[in-house]
Amino acid sequence: MEKLLEVENLTKVFTLGSLLSRIRIRAVDDVSFHIRPAEIFTLAGESGCGKTTIARIILGFEEPTSGAVIYGGKKGAKNERVWFTEGVQAIFQDPFGTFNPLRTVEQYFFETIQNYRLARTREEGVRLIDEKLRAVGLSYEEFAGKYPSEFSGGQLQRISIARALLTDPKLLVADEPVSMVDASLRMSVVNLFKKLREEMGVSVVYITHDLATAYYVGDRIAIMFRGNIVEMGPVEKVLIEPLHPYTRLLRESIPEADPSRRWGGRIALTETEYQEYLRTGCKFAGRCPEVMEVCRNRVPGYVEVDGVQVRCHKYNPL
Amino acid sequence: MNGTILRAEQLQAFYVLDIFGTRRVIKAVDGVNLEIRENEVYGIAGESGCGKSTLLKALYGAMDPPLRLIGGKVYYRVEGKDVDIFSLRPDDVKKLRWEYISYVPQGSMSVLNPVIKVKEAYRDFLESHVRGKTRGEIFEIAKEHIAALGLPPTVLEAYPHQLSGGMRQRVTIALAALLKPRIMIADEPTTALDVVVQRGVIQLLKSIQESLGNTIILVTHDMGVQANVADRVGIMYAGKIVEEASVEEIFGNPLHPYTRYLINSLPRFGDKGTRESVPGSPPSLIDPPSGCSFHPRCPYTRPICREQTPGFFEPVAHHKVACWLMGER
Repeated sequence: MEKLLEVENLTKVFTLGSLLSRIRIRAVDDVSFHIRPAEIFTLAGESGCGKTTIARIILGFEEPTSGAVIYGGKKGAKNERVWFTEGVQAIFQDPFGTFNPLRTVEQYFFETIQNYRLARTREEGVRLIDEKLRAVGLSYEEFAGKYPSEFSGGQLQRISIARALLTDPKLLVADEPVSMVDASLRMSVVNLFKKLREEMGVSVVYITHDLATAYYVGDRIAIMFRGNIVEMGPVEKVLIEPLHPYTRLLRESIPEADPSRRWGGRIALTETEYQEYLRTGCKFAGRCPEVMEVCRNRVPGYVEVDGVQVRCHKYNPL
Repeated sequence: MNGTILRAEQLQAFYVLDIFGTRRVIKAVDGVNLEIRENEVYGIAGESGCGKSTLLKALYGAMDPPLRLIGGKVYYRVEGKDVDIFSLRPDDVKKLRWEYISYVPQGSMSVLNPVIKVKEAYRDFLESHVRGKTRGEIFEIAKEHIAALGLPPTVLEAYPHQLSGGMRQRVTIALAALLKPRIMIADEPTTALDVVVQRGVIQLLKSIQESLGNTIILVTHDMGVQANVADRVGIMYAGKIVEEASVEEIFGNPLHPYTRYLINSLPRFGDKGTRESVPGSPPSLIDPPSGCSFHPRCPYTRPICREQTPGFFEPVAHHKVACWLMGER
C-alpha cells in the first residue's frame, strides 16, 4: 500500500530536574505509523500523551532521540526544508496566536508566495490567494487589508488553512485545530478537512482530544497514552467497539449530547502524569479495571485483532 | 416544584469604556430575566462573547468598572426573604459571599495563590469566615473536607503548580463548597481539561450538589456537559437568553433556530452524516443587530425579525423561546 509519510520507531526522551535528581521521561516511546494519500489520520489522547511532540517532530521543530520520519522516500528531510515544507504544511491550535495582531492577514499570504516563489507578479499572487480562499469559503475582497481581530476564530482558522494550501501540500499537520474555535463554528473547520480530502486529495494528520469530531472526520485513528500508541485502526472499529481498556475509558467519558444517557459509575483519577510515565510494564496498569499481574511487569507488544492493532496483555495469546 | 432561590429581572450590565474620549458601550447582558430554583443545576450555554461570564458576574453582584449595572434587579432568597443584592451595603454583601453564594471562576491556575501551599489557602479562607479556631483545628477541618470529597490528602501540602490542571480545578471547587453555600456558580469549570479529567470534575460538582442539596449555576459552551449534568438549560445569544427549558426539552425539542443549529452541529458516534455549523459570524455586542439579534444568521428571517425584538413565547409548558416564529403558531 502506498505511504505518503511514515513514522518509524520514533522515540523522544526529555530529561527533567537537576544534575543529581534526573528523571528521564519517554514522551514518545517507539511509535510507528504511516499516512496514506487522501486520508485523515487522527492522533488522539489526553494532554501530555505525546501527540504534540510527534507533530513537532514530523514538522522538524524537534529532533527525535531515535527513529525517523520518512517522507517521499527520504529520511529526515532536515536539509531540504523548502522541499519538505512545500509538501507538508502546519495548522496550529490557537488561530489568534498564529497571526500577529499588528499585521494584516494578507501579508502572511504574500510572504509564503515569496518564500516558495509561487507567483511572478502581484496579480498572479492575488489570483492564487483568491483561489485558495474560495476553497475555504472566503474571498480575497472580504479579506484584503484586514487585521486578525476583524475575523472570528472559525474564520481565522479557515484563513490559516488557506495559507497552508498555497503551496499545494500533500499533507496538513493540524494540531488541535478546533479546540479554540467556538462550538457553533467548529464544524465549519472540520467539514473543510473532509472537503479538502475529497476534492484535492490532501491528507491530514488530525491531532485532537475530541473523539466525537475524530469519529466524524477521521478514516483511521491512533489512541495514545503516555507516549505509546495503545490502539490503532479504522475509526468505526476503534471508537465503536474499543478493545483497549483505556480507549474504553476515554469513550465512556465523552459527555454525549443526550440527557437520557448520562454517566453512570465513578472513575479513579489519582496518579500524577509523570508517575505513569515512569511505570515499568503497561503504563495504564495503575488505573486499569482489568489489570493482571503481568501488566505491572512487562510492556505489552502489539497484537492485531480484527484489523486493529492493540497493545494490551488481554489480547496476548501467551 | 421547588421554590425560587435567585431571580433576575430585566438585568442589564454593560461595559462602558472611555478610550481617549471615545465612549464605547459593550452590551454584554441586555435584559435577562431568570428564575433559578432551589436544588437544581441550571446550565447556561452559548458561544464565546455572548455575555455568559458577564451574566454570572452580575448574578454574583461583582460589578467592577468598566462593568456597570444599567438596569434591573437581582434577588436572592435568604432565610425566606427576598434580598436585592445591588441595594445591600458592601459589608452585607461580603457576609453573603461564600457562605450563601460562592463562585468558581474560569481558569483554575489564576485562582490559587502560586506562592502558598493549598493548606495555607484553606487557612486564609477559614480565618476570615470562621472565628475562634486555632491553626491546628483549621487544618483538621481542611483535612476532613478534602477527604470527604475524595481528594488525596497530599494536595494540602502541595503548591498549586505541583497539581495537575484537573486537580487544581477540583481544589477550587472544594474551596467553593467549604462553607456549604446554597448557591454555587461555576464558570466554564471543565474548559481546557481532558475528557477523563472533565468527567472527574463534573462528578465532584454533582456529588457536592447532591449532598448539600443546593443550587448550581453552570456556565459552559460544551453541550455534552450540559446534557450530562443540567436540570434546566438557558441558551444565551448576544446578551439575551433566547431559549429556556428542561434539559430533555432543549435536546429533544429545540425550538429556537440558534439552539437547533447548536444541537444539530454536534457530531455523534455511529453517525457520519454531514453536520453544519451555524452560518455567519457571532454578532458584535457594541452594535448588535436590530430586532432579533440572530436575524442576520437565521434561515427563517421575516421582516418583523429585523424590526422588533421578540419577547418570550411559551409554546410548550415551561419551555420559553424568544423567536417570532413561535408567535405565528
